[in-house]
Amino acid sequence: MEIDISRLVKLARIELKPEEELRLAPQLGEVLGYVDKLKELNVDDVEPTAHASPLSNVLRKDELADSLCRDDVLRNAPESSNGLFVVPKIVE
Amino acid sequence: MEYELVIGLETHVQLNTCTKMWCGCANEYGSDSNTNVCPVCLGLPGVLPVLNEAALRKTALTGFLLNCSVPGYAKWDRKNYFYPDNPKNYQLTQLDFPSTVDGYVNFESLGGIVKVRINRAHLEEDVGKSFHFADYSGIDFNRAGVPLLEIVTEPDINSAEMAYDYLNALKNILEYGAVSDCDMEKGQVRCDVNISVRPKSQSKLGEKVEIKNMNSFSGIRRAITYEFKRQVEVLEKGGTLVQETRRWDDDAGVTDSMRTKEDAHDYRYFPDPDLMPYRPSDEWLSAIREGVVELPLDRKMRMMSQHKIPQESADVFVREPLLGDYFEQAVKGVKNSRSVANWVINNLQAKLVESGTTIDGLTFSPAAIGELVELVESGKISGKIAQEVFNEMFKSGVSPLGIIESKGLSQVSDTVQLKAFCEEVIVANPASVDDFRDGKEAALNFLKGQVMKISRGKANPKMVDDLLREMLVD
Amino acid sequence: MTMVHSLTINQLIEKLRGGQLTSRQIMEACLNRIDSVDDKLNAFISYDVEDALAQADFADKARSEGQEGALLGVPVAIKDVIAVKNHPLNCASKILGNYESPYDATVIKKLREAGAIIFGRVNMDEFAMGSSTENSAFGPSRNPWDIDYTPGGSSGGSAVAVSADECIASLGSDTGGSIRQPAALCGCVGLKPTYGRVSRYGLVAFASSLDQIGSFTKDVKDAAIMLQVIAGADEKDSTSVPEPVPDYTVALSGELKGMRIGLPREYQVDGLDTEVKAATESAVAKLEELGAEVKEISLPHTEYAIATYYIIATAEASANLARFEGVRYGARIDGEDPEEMNCRTRGAGFGDEVKRRIILGTYVLSSGYYDAYYLRAQKVRTLIRQDFLQAFEHVDLIATPTTPTPAFKIGEKAKDPLEMYLSDIFTISCNLAGLCGVSLPCGFSEKGLPIGLQLLGRPFGESDLLRAANIYQEATDWHTKRPDLD
Repeated sequence: MEIDISRLVKLARIELKPEEELRLAPQLGEVLGYVDKLKELNVDDVEPTAHASPLSNVLRKDELADSLCRDDVLRNAPESSNGLFVVPKIVE
Repeated sequence: MEYELVIGLETHVQLNTCTKMWCGCANEYGSDSNTNVCPVCLGLPGVLPVLNEAALRKTALTGFLLNCSVPGYAKWDRKNYFYPDNPKNYQLTQLDFPSTVDGYVNFESLGGIVKVRINRAHLEEDVGKSFHFADYSGIDFNRAGVPLLEIVTEPDINSAEMAYDYLNALKNILEYGAVSDCDMEKGQVRCDVNISVRPKSQSKLGEKVEIKNMNSFSGIRRAITYEFKRQVEVLEKGGTLVQETRRWDDDAGVTDSMRTKEDAHDYRYFPDPDLMPYRPSDEWLSAIREGVVELPLDRKMRMMSQHKIPQESADVFVREPLLGDYFEQAVKGVKNSRSVANWVINNLQAKLVESGTTIDGLTFSPAAIGELVELVESGKISGKIAQEVFNEMFKSGVSPLGIIESKGLSQVSDTVQLKAFCEEVIVANPASVDDFRDGKEAALNFLKGQVMKISRGKANPKMVDDLLREMLVD
Repeated sequence: MTMVHSLTINQLIEKLRGGQLTSRQIMEACLNRIDSVDDKLNAFISYDVEDALAQADFADKARSEGQEGALLGVPVAIKDVIAVKNHPLNCASKILGNYESPYDATVIKKLREAGAIIFGRVNMDEFAMGSSTENSAFGPSRNPWDIDYTPGGSSGGSAVAVSADECIASLGSDTGGSIRQPAALCGCVGLKPTYGRVSRYGLVAFASSLDQIGSFTKDVKDAAIMLQVIAGADEKDSTSVPEPVPDYTVALSGELKGMRIGLPREYQVDGLDTEVKAATESAVAKLEELGAEVKEISLPHTEYAIATYYIIATAEASANLARFEGVRYGARIDGEDPEEMNCRTRGAGFGDEVKRRIILGTYVLSSGYYDAYYLRAQKVRTLIRQDFLQAFEHVDLIATPTTPTPAFKIGEKAKDPLEMYLSDIFTISCNLAGLCGVSLPCGFSEKGLPIGLQLLGRPFGESDLLRAANIYQEATDWHTKRPDLD
């Protein structure tokens, strides 16, 4: 099965080297060919399962809890300045 | 050819919960950057969301205020897109089973009452805030995870003015329900506009254009006006419109294309596996229903008929609900409700602005305003003295009667004393007396003023008028 | 003589209580063992000797002051996918760089409360994606029974560390068999609790609706002790279930009489190794001999489980792993704009298998394909779950081989992802259906590689599961065998 891998890696934001693309594309095609197996089944009247347990109405009270101190917030940041996470300039 | 506008609005409103949507960090504007954040709202590896009950409650309440129904089942979905201010790079929102659906808003516009249908009001999470510098951008995640209500209208709006009126009415309703502070400057209300244009004779909708980046209601009005003109011009020139997203440039007053349908996002929505669905119970819903308040438009109509106040006054009270509440307390048992309304709007409001205080900070009760009006009505004090009493009341919080007594400001209506004042003035101003006797009516006003002056404003003006005429004729 | 580091939790606690051993001695024994064998096995990504000994001393002091705890002074190794405050967290990936977690996972809090020594980061397939621990940025782990073979995965390091006596117990995570499969291939006990039994807060998500934290231990008693500590609802995890936590150690005793065990007809698959088949059949015979009633059952949608799993798991993963993009943490490779920075960071930071799964997950959710793949898979998931719930009306447990073959060689399946996926056939359905499962040693291949028996139980049926496993273990000695590493 052929897939448009360049569109997918753009959506998923993964830069692939040309040789990676050559390696991954047929593997993905093979897996997709395999999962097509599900099309054998008639699932018209079946409800989808999104959760493995049947819970509902799980809520918390609107009560304050401790936030992290700013040093801890920024401790793992690749780059920060003046209390902000720094990223390459956002242009739209 | 004549063209017609079809507009739908998507308004994002921050709910004024104490904490964020999925964690216990403060939902607070203006803190130092990245101080109201924790592993959950920062999207650190391994964290999970847990839904804030108050956010859900305020969503349902808003639904009721917008005449929506609250379905028996709601769930959360992931909307996938990368952006530096989006901590998980998916936003939790409600796609196909939102918390409230199918409502409407009635509001005044274009000289009448119009109705806009609400498709849904669903709950989602806000993202962080970006700041742009010369060669980099910086992100503050304090806002990330703040509960955000997205209120989506049907395409029932057909002019810039109507959109503007809808937004003001919506803001007013949300403030009434105390679900949001609706401060646009703090980014608590944001709105995207979907607009299309078609020849009046055509039933098929034109290509939908989304406009983003307006930061005020008037900006939205201008953007719609501009966009209508632009689209009509394209059509008139025989051009075609494309489905696209455009950005409003407020300084230049124009819109620019951001992206067309071809490079539109593919959000890959799917049900969030970390959050369980919500099935509101009848008890929960009826408790929320009890919190439903009178809507602004209903209130206006009621105030006009119940208190016989003019529309302009009712408008002020609807726009300023606290002032309206104050009026409704002050007017209790007072005959001249118009006068109470005037006092509250003209004097009290001005004084509040001047002194920078709020209604909560007042040291006298609303009944004191009613009392003041009654004192003027009964002739106990003049309007002018009333002003002085009011100023004193504002300062000290003492009741009007108390002030009048302690300062001896009661109006003098005693004929003997008034005659004595008049005598003194007649003697001191022979020229004016002559003028009046020669038929110059204006001279009497001067003499009256002199009497008021020496009585320090307390003389009953009507009686002074009568007495002077009587004495000068003799 | 049994070495200190070979003891079970149960045995250790007894010796600690009796004053025959200190936690420091245990910790030092484990550290020495790591020194002598981990160069070969590569179970540990990192560990902090000073911190480990300080925790041991603290435990000894607490005990001398009369304190008790189910795990007081017991070293527990942690899979590198569970957050421990101020410890590195890499998920065996390059993308997290020097990341250290500023918070503890709920299971870590619980382990601390029980007195455990939180010790080391053990190896795994990157982001728990894989069945061999070959997909690790820190190099593959090796099977202690033969280092040319993989230990299985994704929690390979957790299994190796326990089987090679480098620690007393460990935590792992299981999304489609990532605890049970490496336990089987390394010859230890791996327990995957019911979805919702143990909090996932602090477990870096691979596939949120399938992930569950569980334990690796040297025997079933220890599995009960570990579960007792980590089970229970958590207000930080909306999917954790407020089901009462029974006393699992009490539940161990009893008998097998009257317990009905089902053998799924559909699990007689092509490619089932004859030695594995023989070993598991004799294990089932043993269970029967011990009083269980064995009967055939049917799980008709078994053949669709792998396809269903790889759609659901990759879809969820594609969103779960979007947060690793170089903005707030981790290794960043800069770019002209955020998009380029994200793409480069993720391109360089993720390994092949993670990339494959993210791309596959992106595909099955993308516009025009959602209904055909993702929604359909969710529906088939319903059918698979129903299969099991119906089967559990007739039986109390289901017995299967844990894996179709014993351990495979390092590199053997690395070039063929699909073949690797297909080896998860017996473990995957349990996660789709939200059941509990355990793998325990039940024999060895001719080459001397361990074989695992898998028992599956009803949702929240851990007591039955552990009792049957324990009774089997008391009647056999497979679990006492140790690899020769000297």
